[in-house]
Amino acid sequence: MVEAPEGYGGEGFFATSLNNIIGLARKNSIWPLPFATSCCGIEFMATMGAHYDLARFGAERMGFTPRQCDVLLVMGTISKKMGPVLRQVYLQMAEPRWVIAVGACASSGGIFDTYSVLQGIDQVIPVDVYVPGCPPRPEAILDGFMKVQDLVGQESLRRRHSDKYKELMNSYGIQ
Amino acid sequence: MSEQQHINLPEGSIEKQTTTLNLGPTHPATHGVFQNIMELDGERVVSTVPTVGYIHRAFEKIAERRPYYQITPLTDRLNYCSSPINNIGWHLTVEKLLGIETPKRVDYLRVIIMELARIADHLICNSVIGVDSGAFTGFLYVMQYRELIYEIYEEVCGSRLTTNIGRIGGFERNFTPVAFQKIEKFLKEYPAVLKEFENLFNRNRIFMERTIGVGAITGERALNYGFTGPNLRATGVDYDVRISQPYSSYQDFDFSIPVGSTGDTYDRFLVRNGEMWQSLGIIRQAMDKLKTLPEDIFHADVPAYYLPDKEDVYNKMEALIYHFKIVMGETEILPGEVYHAVEGGNGELGYYLISDGGRAPYRLHFRRPCFIYYQAYPELVKGAMLSDAIICMSSLNLIAGELDA
Amino acid sequence: MSLTNEHIKSRLVEKFGDAITNMEEPYGMLSFTAPKDLNLKVLQFLYDEQDLQFRFMTDLTGVHFPDQQGAELGVVYHLHNMRENVRIRFKVFTAVATPQVFTATRLFEAANWMERETFDFYGIDFVGHPNLKRILNVDEMDYFPMRKEFPLEDQTRIDKDDEMFGRGEIAK
Repeated sequence: MVEAPEGYGGEGFFATSLNNIIGLARKNSIWPLPFATSCCGIEFMATMGAHYDLARFGAERMGFTPRQCDVLLVMGTISKKMGPVLRQVYLQMAEPRWVIAVGACASSGGIFDTYSVLQGIDQVIPVDVYVPGCPPRPEAILDGFMKVQDLVGQESLRRRHSDKYKELMNSYGIQ
Repeated sequence: MSEQQHINLPEGSIEKQTTTLNLGPTHPATHGVFQNIMELDGERVVSTVPTVGYIHRAFEKIAERRPYYQITPLTDRLNYCSSPINNIGWHLTVEKLLGIETPKRVDYLRVIIMELARIADHLICNSVIGVDSGAFTGFLYVMQYRELIYEIYEEVCGSRLTTNIGRIGGFERNFTPVAFQKIEKFLKEYPAVLKEFENLFNRNRIFMERTIGVGAITGERALNYGFTGPNLRATGVDYDVRISQPYSSYQDFDFSIPVGSTGDTYDRFLVRNGEMWQSLGIIRQAMDKLKTLPEDIFHADVPAYYLPDKEDVYNKMEALIYHFKIVMGETEILPGEVYHAVEGGNGELGYYLISDGGRAPYRLHFRRPCFIYYQAYPELVKGAMLSDAIICMSSLNLIAGELDA
Repeated sequence: MSLTNEHIKSRLVEKFGDAITNMEEPYGMLSFTAPKDLNLKVLQFLYDEQDLQFRFMTDLTGVHFPDQQGAELGVVYHLHNMRENVRIRFKVFTAVATPQVFTATRLFEAANWMERETFDFYGIDFVGHPNLKRILNVDEMDYFPMRKEFPLEDQTRIDKDDEMFGRGEIAK
């Protein structure tokens, strides 16, 4: 059960802002798109397994098609060869969309400061939450997921139409 | 060469009978990041062109810039399903170069950790074959028990997946009694689960229909392709580095090598299951052997290469000097050239090390088993159904991090 | 274990004479060098002869010694006779200006990708290879990253820009 948002309630009715209700609905049914390339993906397997059970947070369904997913979990090293693919996947996702960079490699390149590795996925796509660790423990991945839930729950419905957001997208060359 | 058998007809041409399908690099069934451009006739695979390198991280170049002890964390990230084998393989390579003899107890502790890693590796691979053939249950069952293995790693080295376990000469600290208890618990509980897992799959008609005869290869071709590990043994060739070039006192243990006969997906599955039973037996023997040995030895007596105790660093002059030299990478490493192989989770994991006496290796090459045998994939799936190609790929136990180095 | 290093040595010398050089046995593994034109002949000889039978290619890799004038690039083969359980190491060297070496893919399928990798890393041009192109790096890459003169670090990064991170004055 989730807690009801702030509002005015009485017998048989409850009034609150649309923002809150949509936020509540969205944050508890986030469909993740696991973009697992390496070690962190194995920890993600543990996270979605029975022991840590990511499904408790409304992420029961792993979607492997970008069109139907809300949050992109980038787990593992993204090489320069993979960068355009990742960007393509991000572009295929429908708004509103969120991104979690799981692990040091996705966040900053990690220990792989080399000619072939992208130094952090935020060079090609905007990122909402960074989860540190090499690899992060399943608890940390869950924590990152809950952080995204908070973001989703509090997000204004107008955010994606704001000039600031457009500016952010433009800075990545996304129209 | 199968790679050039693409039928290149103009797009929309009437004569073009086949469909081109791009599978990957983000397709979930490709387990990581493999791309295959397949030419399909209906649902049959006519040809396939694999593309790899999507997570190339330049391990070999990094290794040329790091002191020896800093290379251990790199090896973790090769085959991350069984990182302790990689770590210990690297330590064994350096020990071979430096001529360090490790005490028996260290060898046995290493054997325990390596066999646990082997179980964790095979367990993921086999349960994922189940997932790809539509049986999610097995995966959920055994993943729970992989957590037990991870708890043992955690107790020994403090980390779950990328373990960075051990040091050159032994382990960084002794195994705690809790670690042994956890190993005992695992040995007690896991056989029942493995049995149940086998009951779910081994004689399951659907599973057998899906896997028998899929992705088969003969022993001769497999050898020519450089297959090693369970994939080679499934073809009937009983080559195992643990037997042919025993390292870390494997010669003291009594175990057999499960082999298959047809080299298909089903045999690969059975061989891995068989190996898990053998590994359990090896761990049991190692636990018994440990009881006869003094309990306080966990590293070789090589102060020049093995980091001293922190307490000694603060209180003893020599320990401080050694600590400084090791951490700053100023230890003397002999020039030389050494190849050492261990039996990794998916085959012969070799380390080819050239040392010029400097602080970092002059050249370090990893013989990554799955990079070598993945070449055979177009041949394995030629003429198979698309769904068989998927299950064949998961049965090969391809680990992207290892494959792309 | 009837196949000894001495036997392999004598067989090689008998067949190739002085062409085989640098015969050593570091850590028990026989290691030798041959001229690069002979690499296929040596491999074929080791493969075919009844008493040698090195029919498993364990590994193939490159190595770069910038100081060896005229023999900067090397190709290292590790071969294994599984029947007798004997391993050997065989090297050929070539100049960096003429990095042509014959391919071993006709003999070992396993050599296919390993040669592509070696080409990708060192630019060794395997003559006769069916599909010699980059395998791990992007196709657009215009240098061979494992050669010693090229830096490890990603040069586009701007936040770690001193020589401690391989990007400062020294790196330039």
